Amino acid sequence: MTDDSEVREAVARAHRREWAVVLAATVRLVRDLDLAEECAQDAYAHALRTWAVNGVPAKPGAWLTTVARNRAKDVLRRESVLRSALPLLVTDDVVPGPEDRPEGSVFDDDRLRLIFTCCHPALSRDAQVALTLRLVCGLSTTEVARAFLVQETAMAARITRAKKKISGARIPYRVPSSADLPERVAAVMEVVHLVFTTGHAAPVGKDLVREDLVDGAIHLARTLHQLLPDNTDITGLLALMLLTDARRDSRLSADGRLVLLAEQDRTRWDVDLIREGTTLLTEALRRGRPTKYSVQAAIAAVHTEAATWEDTDWVEVVGLYEVLVRLWPSPVVELNRAVAIGFRDGPEAGLAALAPLLEEPALGTYAYLSAARADFLRRLGRWAQAATSYEEALALTDNDVERDFLARRLEEVTLHLG
Amino acid sequence: MAKYLVLIYGDEQIWESMSEQERKDNEAAHGKFVAAAGDAVLGGHELMSTTTATSLRGRATGEPTTTDGPFLETKEALGGFYLIEAPDLDAAIALAKLLPEVSVSHSGVEIRPIVEAG
Repeated sequence: MTDDSEVREAVARAHRREWAVVLAATVRLVRDLDLAEECAQDAYAHALRTWAVNGVPAKPGAWLTTVARNRAKDVLRRESVLRSALPLLVTDDVVPGPEDRPEGSVFDDDRLRLIFTCCHPALSRDAQVALTLRLVCGLSTTEVARAFLVQETAMAARITRAKKKISGARIPYRVPSSADLPERVAAVMEVVHLVFTTGHAAPVGKDLVREDLVDGAIHLARTLHQLLPDNTDITGLLALMLLTDARRDSRLSADGRLVLLAEQDRTRWDVDLIREGTTLLTEALRRGRPTKYSVQAAIAAVHTEAATWEDTDWVEVVGLYEVLVRLWPSPVVELNRAVAIGFRDGPEAGLAALAPLLEEPALGTYAYLSAARADFLRRLGRWAQAATSYEEALALTDNDVERDFLARRLEEVTLHLG
Repeated sequence: MAKYLVLIYGDEQIWESMSEQERKDNEAAHGKFVAAAGDAVLGGHELMSTTTATSLRGRATGEPTTTDGPFLETKEALGGFYLIEAPDLDAAIALAKLLPEVSVSHSGVEIRPIVEAG
């Protein structure tokens, strides 16, 4: 007998680490996403019972995969007539099952197949994200719905529709050909990055960080990097996420309040993540062109290199934002560059750099623009204007932690108005 | 293998203002597509302009109404179609990418799987 809590922990760990492997290998056998999901879930339930009696196996992933696939084979045998009428996923039939191949490579191929199928360009971005979280990260439909603030029934319908399109339109369960790979990898990276940024600063709700999303995205990026180690775009993306996530613990004070980069306790930054991220970034920049991900990673790295906020190399940061604007022209990047200019050349220069962005319709409802303006005005002691800008930012923010931060700043500048 | 209908949509005004030479080039491009696709093309036709279209619209009671014009009034009109056969969507997309309408900005194609009887 193994201790109950130990078994639960082992199953939970196997779920985090091996869910995609178990599901992907089962999908390839049964060529039906729903049946494969059911069988993978059964395998985990079975593990809870069996491992308590027999102990945790040496290779939990392989154990779970075998159980899920056997269960699937049973179902297929029983329902063969019924199921033959259903559209099946298109797979490459030449690949043998894991039982015929040494461990490793085929699991890897299976996971990649699953990721590329979920992020197929014929699916909407919403569907890509939902399927990736559900099938690759193993989040429940409830959790996916909560992450994106939609009703559970709506999310369930979205996932079902996407699965129907995969089988109905015959989106293949396959790693794309080398001709299509760069374009398809770009779509996968967009999804992974979107999941990460959504988790890193939740747009609405009471938590600043959605750890499930951040961890899921990092796990995905690690998997992609492991499977496609020569793709420097992925290396850069993983570096960006690790260097950003290294600051996770210092972004909130003990009483749950937002702490800006300038005031963060840098001794709480995760040195292991910083070291790993920096190494990956160096590799990405040495071996490939700079991408929007690697340049953002470089900006994050400049911050991690500064011992204090005052030591930040703003010349370098502004220079990197100039590169980023060229690679990824977007109003949000322009905004970040303007803010960096303000820290390099002073609040007056910052306000001037922000000025043209006030006309930008895409930023009309973007709280960070008002917040950035408010901050420069506050530094200049232009209290009344600062107060107006903080009020604007407050009206545009739906995250509770961020609202609380802005409200406190508003109070501070209002005191000066007398 | 699966069957897909490839619907070619575009700006009808631009299609109609094509010069004789452009029309010939376009036809030649479709000839090349059909040759490249080979057995994958099961059928296909160019359609006459939407001014020749007649629509029958259903009504809850009684006869359907008959009107002139296409079913939906949009700038992007259906201009033609192919029925193709392909092993999967990626293969269908690869074929459809050979059509001349996907290399100009005013037109494009929609790929819809056919419901298989059975």
